[in-house]
Amino acid sequence: MSFPWANHYAPKHPLMRWMDEKLPLPRLVYNAVGAGYPVPRNLNYMWNFGVLAGAALVIQIITGVVMAMHYAANAGVAFDSIEHTVRDVNAGWAMRYAHANGASMFFIVVYLHIFRGLYYGSYKAPREMVWLLGVVIFLLMMATAFMGYVLPWGQMSFWGAQVITGFFSAIPVVGEPIREWLLGGFAPDNAALNRFFSLHYLLPFVIAGVIILHIWALHIPGSSNPTGVEVKGPQDTVPFHPYYTAKDGFGLGVFLVIFSILMFFAPNALGHPDNYIPANPLSTPAHIVPEWYFWPFYAILRAFTFNFLWIPAKLWGVLAMFGAIALLFFLPWIDRSPVRSARYRPMYKWFFWVLVLDVFVLGLCGMKPPEGVWVLLGQLAAIYYFAHFLIILPIVSAIERPLPLPMSITASVLGEEPATTGQPA
Amino acid sequence: MTTLEQTETTGEGHDVRRRDFINIAAVSFAGVGAVAVVLPLVNQMNPSADVLALASIEVDISKIAPGQAIKTLWRKQPVFIRNLTPKEIAEANAVPLSELRDPQTLAERTTAGKENWLITLGVCTHLGCVPLGAGEGENRGPFGGYFCPCHGSAYDTAARIRKGPAPKNLQVPEHSFKSDTVVQIG
Ligand code: HEM
Ligand code: FES
Repeated sequence: MSFPWANHYAPKHPLMRWMDEKLPLPRLVYNAVGAGYPVPRNLNYMWNFGVLAGAALVIQIITGVVMAMHYAANAGVAFDSIEHTVRDVNAGWAMRYAHANGASMFFIVVYLHIFRGLYYGSYKAPREMVWLLGVVIFLLMMATAFMGYVLPWGQMSFWGAQVITGFFSAIPVVGEPIREWLLGGFAPDNAALNRFFSLHYLLPFVIAGVIILHIWALHIPGSSNPTGVEVKGPQDTVPFHPYYTAKDGFGLGVFLVIFSILMFFAPNALGHPDNYIPANPLSTPAHIVPEWYFWPFYAILRAFTFNFLWIPAKLWGVLAMFGAIALLFFLPWIDRSPVRSARYRPMYKWFFWVLVLDVFVLGLCGMKPPEGVWVLLGQLAAIYYFAHFLIILPIVSAIERPLPLPMSITASVLGEEPATTGQPA
Repeated sequence: MTTLEQTETTGEGHDVRRRDFINIAAVSFAGVGAVAVVLPLVNQMNPSADVLALASIEVDISKIAPGQAIKTLWRKQPVFIRNLTPKEIAEANAVPLSELRDPQTLAERTTAGKENWLITLGVCTHLGCVPLGAGEGENRGPFGGYFCPCHGSAYDTAARIRKGPAPKNLQVPEHSFKSDTVVQIG
């Protein structure tokens, strides 16, 4: 689906016409990411991050597949096979550091992509399905990255696997059997490592599939934009190609420069030195921390240090951590304000930035050992996180008086005076 | 085909068609078949025979002096074998059960006549780290038993949970004494 004024695909070369009759793949591409897809003319650079996330996935798949040619998923040799990849395999170090830092770059762009959605209200009707599929992708990414981190079979790999599968043992009665089923044993070992490798190879392709659904769902209403006002006519849009292929291309260049600086000059900056110690089931590292992109959730997990309402602290922690993500599924129905963009929501705008700050504080608490001030700070930040969605958003969307919206995207671009007062577009 | 069905369904009270039976029978049959296929696919993930086969070990405990402990591996999990001193036993017995999160006496956690041998898994019941306290000079925490550095769970001299996020006492694996110096775990 698209707007009626979208450019039509008209192949000129006989070969392309023949192709179009037999398998209209070029037509699909033209209509999806070519000149046949009309896009609001006013998108800013925050709209680059979807394409960048796609690029990051492609980089992970390519570097991952080549690394799998040198990797051995066996607890006895996994650690050495990674060292072999880095030291002996031609350009192996490049593949390995591209993959490990690529995961971080992937999460950076995805977090920016998610917060873009929160700021501009992209999760609201008619794009709820786009948002829901996005949360599914986020969950799949977290599972993929967790299992990938186990593969080098260092100390953090092993103890990360122990702690994360330990979440499941918090479930009453069936928890311990579920954990043994997941691990294929009583503690992480060969069986677990092998299945994690199998799934780590599989899930990125599942992610690719869900991304196709995500884009399909997006192309039904078309992209939103910084004003949050819907497209009203041909003057509000430009064709995706060449306008946004160029803009995204520039963003991709910036992304690759930052990625290269990280990968070539500080390849281990985001990793943990303990993961260069081979896994030892008899000795836990002094301080277990996950990768940086899990810190906020790790802080929420640890926020419950006491039993509460008959539910043990351990189960609360696990419920809160999964709840923090599950909440995002309900966001389109929690925020009732008809205005999408925070530009025109004077109260929401402030709470948005407080939430951003709160997530940074949670991340900091997740990184620090659970001692002293970090415990209390983590608990307060976790409470605020839930309060933002469950208390603040419903109240704000009920009492806030939005600023006047522009008449149209074009009116806003040309700086014309708004004619309506706070009416939804 | 359609004409045949129509003739069959005409007339009062003939709502149930023969075709419905075939549909239900076919779908149920395929459903049972699908479950039969999925079960082994799910079950293959459970611990395999060789993992289960390592289920029992024998350990020589003759070299463990009172106050000392050793770590060994059973089912790929650490096990602590500790020779308690009379003072540690007295400390454990002095705690009223009402003060415990997971109430158990030392006697319930050891073998009669061998109360000094405390055998537990070295797996914190919170999220599974190996607590400190079995190795020489390791931090035994505020209750003199074991201390888990991951999230600060403290266990007493009977390896019972006293403080921190862990919900249960360190688990006592099934064990029996083959002789005064050999214990079988599992
Ligand atoms: C969603 C995309 C992906 C993400 C987020 C991801 C993430 C990760 C992470 C975080 C690591 C640990 C890196 C380290 O500690 O050095 C890793 C390792 C690994 N991944 Fe991936 N990965 C993805 C896709 C793939 C694919 C498609 C393959 C293909 C088989 C693959 C193969 C591997 C291998 C062999 C390792 C072990 C090597 C190593 O530790 O450096 N990955 N992955
Ligand atoms: S794993 Fe021991 S306190 Fe959390």
